[in-house]
Parts: sequence; structure tokens; C-alpha cells
Amino acid sequence: MDKDDQSAVIVARVREAAAAHTPLIISGSGSKNFLGRRVTGIPLAVGGHRGILHYVPEELVLSARAGTPLADIETALTARGQMLAFEPPYFDTTATLGGTIAANLSGPRRAYAGAARDFVLGCHLVNGKGEILHFGGEVMKNVAGYDLSRLMAGAFGTLGVLLDISLKVLPRSETDTTLIFERDETSAIELMNRWASRPLPLSATAWSDGRLYVRLSGPAPAIAAAAAGLSGEHLPQAEEFWRDLREHTSPFFTDPRPLWRLALPSTAAPLALDGPEIVTWGGAQRWVKTGVPADRVRACAAAAGGHATLFRPARGALPAEAPFAPLTPALHHLHQRLKAAFDPAGILNPGRLYAGI
Amino acid sequence: MSAARATLFTDLRAALPGDALLTREEELRPYECDGLTAYRALPLAVALPHTVEEVVSVLRLCRARGVPVVARGAGTGLSGGALPHAEGVVLSLARFNRILEIDPRARIARVEPGVRNLAISEAARPYGLYYAPDPSSQIACTIGGNVAENSGGVHCLKYGLTVHNVLALEALTIEGERLTLGGRAADAPGYDLLALLTGSEGLLAVVVEATVRLLPLPQCARVLLAAFDSVVTAGNAVGAIIAAGVIPAGLEMMDRLAVEAAEDFVHAGYPRDAVAILLCEVDGDEEEVAAALTRVQEILKHAGARELRVARDEAERQLFWKGRKAAFPAVGRLSPDYYCIDGTIPRSKLAEVLTRIAELSREHDLRVANVFHAGDGNLHPLILYDANMPGELARAETLGAAIMELCIAVGGTITGEHGVGVEKISQMCVQFTPAELEQFHAVKRAFDPAGLLNPGKAVPTLAHCAEYGRMHVHRGELRFPDLERY
Ligand SMILES: Cc1cc2nc3c(=O)[nH]c(=O)nc-3n(C[C@H](O)[C@H](O)[C@H](O)COP(=O)(O)OP(=O)(O)OC[C@H]3O[C@@H](n4cnc5c(N)ncnc54)[C@H](O)[C@@H]3O)c2cc1C
Repeated sequence: MDKDDQSAVIVARVREAAAAHTPLIISGSGSKNFLGRRVTGIPLAVGGHRGILHYVPEELVLSARAGTPLADIETALTARGQMLAFEPPYFDTTATLGGTIAANLSGPRRAYAGAARDFVLGCHLVNGKGEILHFGGEVMKNVAGYDLSRLMAGAFGTLGVLLDISLKVLPRSETDTTLIFERDETSAIELMNRWASRPLPLSATAWSDGRLYVRLSGPAPAIAAAAAGLSGEHLPQAEEFWRDLREHTSPFFTDPRPLWRLALPSTAAPLALDGPEIVTWGGAQRWVKTGVPADRVRACAAAAGGHATLFRPARGALPAEAPFAPLTPALHHLHQRLKAAFDPAGILNPGRLYAGI
Repeated sequence: MSAARATLFTDLRAALPGDALLTREEELRPYECDGLTAYRALPLAVALPHTVEEVVSVLRLCRARGVPVVARGAGTGLSGGALPHAEGVVLSLARFNRILEIDPRARIARVEPGVRNLAISEAARPYGLYYAPDPSSQIACTIGGNVAENSGGVHCLKYGLTVHNVLALEALTIEGERLTLGGRAADAPGYDLLALLTGSEGLLAVVVEATVRLLPLPQCARVLLAAFDSVVTAGNAVGAIIAAGVIPAGLEMMDRLAVEAAEDFVHAGYPRDAVAILLCEVDGDEEEVAAALTRVQEILKHAGARELRVARDEAERQLFWKGRKAAFPAVGRLSPDYYCIDGTIPRSKLAEVLTRIAELSREHDLRVANVFHAGDGNLHPLILYDANMPGELARAETLGAAIMELCIAVGGTITGEHGVGVEKISQMCVQFTPAELEQFHAVKRAFDPAGLLNPGKAVPTLAHCAEYGRMHVHRGELRFPDLERY
């Protein structure tokens, strides 16, 4: 038997835990431990369940076990001129595919190519009863049954332990060019939205510290033509810039205050929160370093038509009690019923997302 | 009339204005089926509410009385999803046909569920924007139906399905409780219920409003027609294009029977003597399109295309697409009835599966025309039959089941975009294990414990599967034979 196939062990562990009502803390490599609520229970390490199962570049599909390091997947894709178009952040070189999907984390290309959830084609998972279930598949279109594989994206392991995931992959763009413009935040947001309503080959945008960054990706002639039309300065070492932004390694993120992520309608005006801010995703995502109390940050996000996540607590602080925006009572209730539908004993990462879920 | 029915009618009449309730047989008749006409049933009543409050009343009333509710858009569905329940109420959303908002700056449209798919793009066009998913039925089908089926279209290869283009939904549960799913802001907190509702065939909630993403109209789009001497070469050519790293805006295939039918119907200028044709559209700016066209032409020539023709101008481009979009009705003219299959397969299996379908067609002695979304591997074999000939419908269904099971056997699925409805309910038993089906039922119960929204559709009961007698055979084997023994 394939030693990297740990599914039988995982099933046995889940069944034991269900029988004993012992919560499990599902962990790939632990690279996203800072995100979400703290779970108490017994660790279930799934990082050993790894390996790329099926990769046929001409099918634009890659299937891999959940514990496969993201880096291995990206190396395999790069070798064949392809990519994960949602440009997932790692937050640690050890990041696994399972954790990336469970957290539904997407990088700079999100506004132009889609989120992690948009690329999920199918998965095998172990539900809270210890049953291995397969939803979706390796084909591009599939509406047989409810779309339960996509539901796993962003569920933080509370509905099932992901065993393997099939993703749609895309050809890498031939050329990338990043342009810089000196702009204040208001006019940068305005430009991001205006340019997005024109058929331009945008693949990432950001505003930080008085500068608007615009990445164009595509065939060389199209990029040259588009860049000439926008007439900004070319940014050298652009790859590092976008990587640092994606991985939170640029100087902005060293500020010791809590890191908030505000997801807003792309046209929302600059925030009136006390603290430095980075705008990304064409205006739809704003990173803010601020010591302003949580309820004020949330109110500010809600007033702008969005929601706020306490992405990282202040340096040295304990994990937040409620990092994610609260749900309406009707939705909270529905979440509880869905949780019970997958995990009747409540043993899979209980409370990681919300108390009681 | 039974007493229960009489009080239901009285209550519905009290809750709805006079023009919003149909109960007489001749009024109900137009609602007896959707686009899959082989299945018909008359409902007890059809409600045609004007306001969300009226929809809430209908749902609460039916919930309280245990009466099934079947939501309905335009009734163009091809799997019997909107087929009425004989003991239930059809809830038509047809009157919710207003576009509530177009925000060109944020590139979104907020619409009522009964708005037609094409109407969104028409309203967005003055701003240089459009709604990308374009089912062939787009002049008629509604956004509510599109969400319920996760509909696709010719341009979904590059721009995604409904699930990739809807940002938010307002939906009502069977209790009449209003939920906001997704939002204008990305990554709404909690579970991705927006994705869960999309493609749920009206079984989880009733959509009363949708906010969709609009895209900028491409600067230029050109379409290329390639003719082939065999379906196998055409199928392999599809794989060759994708393998070369080109993602066309659309990549469609039609076989000879479909080509001839389309020619007779709309005179699209297709080569009648081709065994198969591919339509390949590329879009972007002028340079990009010119470069991509050259590239695709080389690939297709190399892959064995007999003839390559780029549409000269916009008029010819529209004509090429008109033939494709009219292909179903065109094939419909060849035969009194046709039955459309919707399996999706890995693209690399196209040639193999098309060859096998031709064999199955001969074995069952029924003609099959193929016209489909080749780039996505989403097949639409159209089985021609005559319902008035004894035994032909049954034969068509047996052939359809064989094709669906072939799709599962090569690693595909029984439905890519039309949904399971009532039509493919038995093949669900083949594609999914009992535990998987039970998980679907558990999700359904989380939304609708009494099972009143569109009951009997999409997910078979285990009893039905036992009766059908063919269970979860995956790629010719029982799945996880070693794990089943736990
Ligand atoms: C000629 C032809 C070509 C077609 N081409 C395509 C194609 O290219 N791609 C494709 O994907 N499909 C295609 N279809 C199928 C069909 O048009 C789509 O499935 C469409 O989305 C159905 O929309 P509708 O408004 O007609 O829905 P209906 O048929 O009325 O209903 C479909 C399902 O949606 C549910 N529903 C409807 N409205 C709501 C609501 N507001 N809330 C909750 N549930 C609701 C119903 O209960 C039912 O289960 C085609 C059909 C025809 C006849």
C-alpha cells in the first residue's frame, strides 16, 4: 500500500473521535493556525496524507491529496507552464493544499481570475461520521447533486476532513508587467474601478502609501499595447512586490497592531479607521493595521457594505474570540443545522469558525 | 374537491390578488411540463405572485399545510426540474421581471429572479458591459432558473458558469425566512451558501433576487470554423487547442446530423459534407485575437482539419453562432421528439466516447445528433425518437441511460448543466454511493426538514436506487471496496 495514503488512518481516527465525542483539531502544516478561533481537542495531523494523484496538463486539472505541500503543486504546474490562478498565499513554506482550500485564501489575482472556491472541481472528504464521500469530480462542469465540494472551501474543516481535491488549473500568462502611478487613495480606487470596466488585461492591483500598482498579464503584444495606453512607470522586481504583499512580508505587515482584512464593494470610499491601509483586489480588499476596537472596525465595514475579519491579532496577543464577522441569527441557525448534517457529533474543528459550529 | 384542497385554495385566495392564482385545468395546462416534455403533471394550483411578501405568504401557507412547492422560472429546463407536483403548488417567479439596478462603476446588476438572461446583457450593453454565462436558451430562460441549475453557455469555457458570475442572492426558505447569501463584498463570512444554492434545483430555497457580475465587452471577437472528416479527429483537435495553452472564449462541436439540421433551418453556411465541425471563438484586443487566431489555425491544421474558415465580419460571425444556438430546435425538426443528454467527460475521452455513442445509437436503432460544449467536455447527444411509436420513448430512455453511464465510466458526470431533475434521478444511484446520497438528503433537511421544496427531484431515495438495481459502480468497480468492509 502507498504509505502516503493515510485515508484509512484518518477514517479510523474520525470514527473513534465520533464514538467518544472527542473534538479533533485538523491540521495540515499549521501554517494558518493564526487564523480563526482556537479549538480545543486532539490534533489530527493530515500532512502525511500527500501526493499529486493525477495531473494531465491538457485537461487543465490537477488532483492531489490534501496534505500535499502547495509548493510541490506549484512546482509541478510551473514545469508544465500552468498555474493556480487564484495565486494562494502560503504564510509559511510548509502550507498544504488542504489548508489553502479549507481557508479559501486567494492572492492578488483574485479580483480578475476568481477565488480558491472558484477553482474547486471536486473532492473526497471524510464527514463527521467517518464516511469517505466523493463530490464533484475532475470535469469542468458538473451539476449532479449539491455542490458540496465547493462548500468545503472556507469551511475551515468544520464540515469534513479533506482527503484530496481536484482543481481547475490554467496556463501561465506569457508576460507580466507592473506599472506604478503616484496617486492618493481616493483616485487610486476610482482608477481601479474605471480600468476594470474596460477590457484591459489586468491581473492584480494594489494601492499603498501614495502609489497605485497595476499588474498586466497576457500575451506580450497585448501587454505592451495596454501598458502604453496606461503610461505608468515600470516597476522593477515586480514579482517580489506581489509576493511580499501576498505573503504579508512587506514592511506594512510588521506593524505590531492587529491586522484587519476588510472585504468591501470595490467602489467603497477610503476607510476612516485610524491606521495604515493597503488596498488590493481592485478596491475589494483592504488591509488595515489598527488598534481601533473590533466593534468599530466591524461597524465601519458594515457601513461600507462589507465585512471585517481580524486576520491576525496584535503581536503577542491571544487568538481572537470572534475573528470572523458575526452571522445574522437566521444564517447562524442554518450553519448549525448544516454542521449537524455533516458532523452530528460536532467533532471536526468545532468552534474554529464560530462558537458552536 | 377534497376539504384540504378547498381550504388551501381559500387561504391562497386570501393571500394573493385575483390575478395571482390559477386553479382551473385549462389555466394549469401550460404549466404541466418544462422543456422536458416527456414528463407531465398538473399541479393543484399555480401561484403567480407580484411581490416578495406574496411569495412569503404562499411559502408559509404551504409549509403549514404540508403542501409541496415547485418554483418555476421560464420552464425551459431540460431535466424536469420545474415539473409540477400533482399534490403541490407551482410558484411562478415570472412576474419578478425587473432589473433593479445596474451599477456600471461597480460592474454589477441587481435583478429580480424572473429577469431573462439576455435582458441583463441588453441592459448592460450601453455601459460596455455584459453578463457572461449565455445558455442557448438565453432569450427565454430566467436568472432564477440559471441559478437553480448553475447554467452554462458557449462562453463558460473562459468566463465561468453561473456559480462564478453570481455575487449575491436573496432567498426565502420554505418557512418564508429571508436569507442574504454572498454579497457585493468578496468571501462572505461563514459557509459558501451562495455556491450551495447554485445548482440546487429549487430544493433548498426560492431565489427572489440576484446580484450578478458584469464584464467589459471584449474589444474584438472572431470565430473560426473548422471542418473534419471524422469525429475522432475533431475530438482530438479540441484537446490539442487546450494543451497548447489557448483558452478560447468558446469551443463548440457539431456532428453531421446536427450540421445538416442547422443548415436546413438557418443557413449558417456550414459545410454540409463535413463529418464534424468545430466553432472556435477567440476574444481580446485586436493584436491578441489576431495572434490567437493564427495559433489556433496552425493547431487545427496540424490536428487534421480539412477546411478552416474565419468569419469575415461580424455578420458572418453572428451567422456561425446562430447555427449553433439554433441547433436544438433545428434537430427538433428532424424528428417528432428528441431527448437531450448532458454528460460531461474528461476532454481526452471525447473521441472514445463519441465513437461509443455512435455504436450505441446503432445498437438501439435510434439516430443521435451531437452538438455540444466541446471545450468543457460537456456533451449533448440528442436522441431522436417518436413518442407515438410504441416502445420508442422507452428505447430512447434506455439509450440515454447507457450514454450517461458511459460518461460515469470514463470519469465524468451524468449532468454538466441541465440538472438531474426527475430525468436523471436513477443515474444518480450509479454516480453516488448510498452514503453520499444520504449526505445530500441531510443537507436538504438542514434547509427544508419537511421536504416540501421540489420533492422527488435531484436526489433519489435509497429505496428508489434499490429498485433501480444499479448502485455506485465507479469506473467499472465498486468504490473503496476495502473501505466498505469497515
Ligand atoms: C433550446 C434550449 C437550449 C438550452 N440551452 C442551454 C444551455 O446552453 N446551457 C444550459 O445550462 N442550459 C440550457 N438549457 C436549459 C435551460 O434553459 C436552463 O436550465 C435554464 O437555466 C432554465 O431556466 P428557466 O427559467 O427556464 O427555469 P425553469 O425551467 O422554470 O426551472 C428550472 C429549475 O429551477 C428552479 N427554479 C426556477 N426559478 C427558481 C427560483 N427563483 N428559485 C429557486 N428555484 C428556481 C425550478 O424549480 C427548476 O428546478 C436549454 C434549454 C432549451 C429549451
